Amino acid sequence: MKVLVAVKRVIDYNVKIRVKADHSDVDLTNVKMAMNPFCEIAVEEAVRLKEKGVATEVVAVTVGPKAAQEQLRTALALGADRAIHIETDERAESLAVAKLLAKVVDEEQPGMVILGKQAIDTDNNQTGQMLAALTNLPQGTFASEVTVDGDKVHVTREIDGGLQTVALTLPAIVTTDLRLNEPRYAKLPDIMKAKKKPMDVKTPADLGVEVASKVSLLKVESPAERKGGIKVASVDELIDKLKNEAKVL
Amino acid sequence: MSILVLADLHEGQLAGATAHVVAAAKAIGGDIDVLVAGEGVQAAAEAAAKLDGVSKVRVADNAVYAHQLAEPMGALLVELADGYTHVLASASTTGKNVLPRLAALKDVSQLSDVLAVDSADTFKRPIYAGNAIATVKSDDALKVITVRTTGFDAVGDGGSATIEAVDTVVDNAQSSFVKQELAESDRPELGGAKVVISGGRGMGNGENFKLLDGIADKLGAAIGASRAAVDAGFVPNDMQVGQTGKIVAPELYIAVGISGAIQHLAGMKDSKVIVAINKDDEAPIFQVADYGLVGDLFEILPELESKL
Ligand SMILES: Cc1cc2nc3c(=O)[nH]c(=O)nc-3n(C[C@H](O)[C@H](O)[C@H](O)COP(=O)(O)OP(=O)(O)OC[C@H]3O[C@@H](n4cnc5c(N)ncnc54)[C@H](O)[C@@H]3O)c2cc1C
Ligand SMILES: Nc1ncnc2c1ncn2[C@@H]1O[C@H](COP(=O)(O)O)[C@@H](O)[C@H]1O
Repeated sequence: MKVLVAVKRVIDYNVKIRVKADHSDVDLTNVKMAMNPFCEIAVEEAVRLKEKGVATEVVAVTVGPKAAQEQLRTALALGADRAIHIETDERAESLAVAKLLAKVVDEEQPGMVILGKQAIDTDNNQTGQMLAALTNLPQGTFASEVTVDGDKVHVTREIDGGLQTVALTLPAIVTTDLRLNEPRYAKLPDIMKAKKKPMDVKTPADLGVEVASKVSLLKVESPAERKGGIKVASVDELIDKLKNEAKVL
Repeated sequence: MSILVLADLHEGQLAGATAHVVAAAKAIGGDIDVLVAGEGVQAAAEAAAKLDGVSKVRVADNAVYAHQLAEPMGALLVELADGYTHVLASASTTGKNVLPRLAALKDVSQLSDVLAVDSADTFKRPIYAGNAIATVKSDDALKVITVRTTGFDAVGDGGSATIEAVDTVVDNAQSSFVKQELAESDRPELGGAKVVISGGRGMGNGENFKLLDGIADKLGAAIGASRAAVDAGFVPNDMQVGQTGKIVAPELYIAVGISGAIQHLAGMKDSKVIVAINKDDEAPIFQVADYGLVGDLFEILPELESKL
């Protein structure tokens, strides 16, 4: 079974962003970029499926600018066999990404597609579900456990009330949650080897997909800052403040 | 304007989130219908009919909608969405699971986690873990929106909507429910609690979370956790508060042994009053805390419990 993994280049999760002075967007100049953490988990899961002999090939795909090839190289260093870069400088929203990925699914016919549950820049949490709808495939979102069993996959999902397990017919779409696995680090020799692995570059036009969306970004603002509070010296003072100042007890 | 709200269910009953989503629908304005889909959901439909501002409740009661699996729910919504200008659901794990399928099948974008309504087509939503708030305008014919419940005060009862059965039954051969392990708790639900007390890695182990129990009992609080505490197996996943967990905005949030990473702050920094208990006086959590207490939680918690 071939496994397709979608990875997104995003701001490093440790960076605290700044809003541009003209409120047009967040300022990403000279900001450290990385693979979206949920995508790292997706790559790790695909590679583990290959190590277990369940997957035969792992193909990593990204939609984004030229620089996003760095994240594909990371995926290759982590164990993906080849990569597909769909190159665009336009802001590709989840729907456009899902349409592009649907074309790739059509061409590649994977047995499973693994995506992150959420990109930590837009915080959308949509692409995997949209891809599932467009390809008419079942979805196991927010996965904390994935077990392939014949022509089915069992996905345990992190839901608001606890955990839910669903059985899906393959091919299926899976999106990762934090507890699915702990991603490995790429070793230097693997990083070297990754440079020689194949990478296909295509454009949205090649795939016949329009990237533009009908949603426009009018303004980006910083959230209301909280005023720094005070330190209290004791439990008694804390209780007193909560009762008499904040009036929440 | 004509709005369809997908009701959230919890074990077959109407979940509290729905009243917040109806409030968001009222802010948009227009006729509001609520869709209750599941199996054995008549009581939930009756509860939804009482929500203020709802004109009609549509009930799809069929085994295929049990557990609100994404595939049949998406197909049902596509059937019912015609004629509506907006389809809303809460940004619960159900809303997030189902609504993007509707959006994709209607070839429209989805706006996730909307926390304010500027007009019928312009909304505010958080990006980058809530470190920026984007104002976005949608020119799509159908607006598909998940609602951050903390952004909208719940509507009360007082409505008397009509209840109408939906006969649409879709096929689903692709997915099936296997099992569910739901956390049992007598405490209030995290999303709706007036007081939340959360423990982090500093709690040391799962057993020590009992130190929070007595305080939670006295305050009627829900108990939450940081990702580190969940990852370490101290407590179950449904307790995680943060960017990729639950979003809470109680009157009082008490963070115990939590450092205050941006991903955690994203889930609780809209709380009215924040208390932080941490032995490291430089911990970033103190930058957002109204009241910080520096010290060892193992000494502070028992004292706090006895003095409350
Ligand atoms: C993609 C992604 C998503 C994430 N989503 C979330 C999320 O939704 N929610 C979330 O919480 N995190 C999330 N995180 C993780 C986040 O970055 C932090 O790693 C996490 O919040 C740290 O948890 P913590 O504060 O409990 O642990 P730590 O950062 O280790 O802090 C423990 C604190 O306990 C204090 N302490 C230790 N012992 C004591 C004692 N005896 N008395 C008092 N204080 C003590 C220490 O001083 C320290 O400040 C996410 C990370 C990523 C990459
Ligand atoms: N530009 C992109 N290129 C490749 N994959 C993407 C892209 N955007 C989103 N994804 C995938 O979809 C997941 C969820 O993203 P989102 O729905 O946008 O929050 C990510 O973790 C990726 O796996």
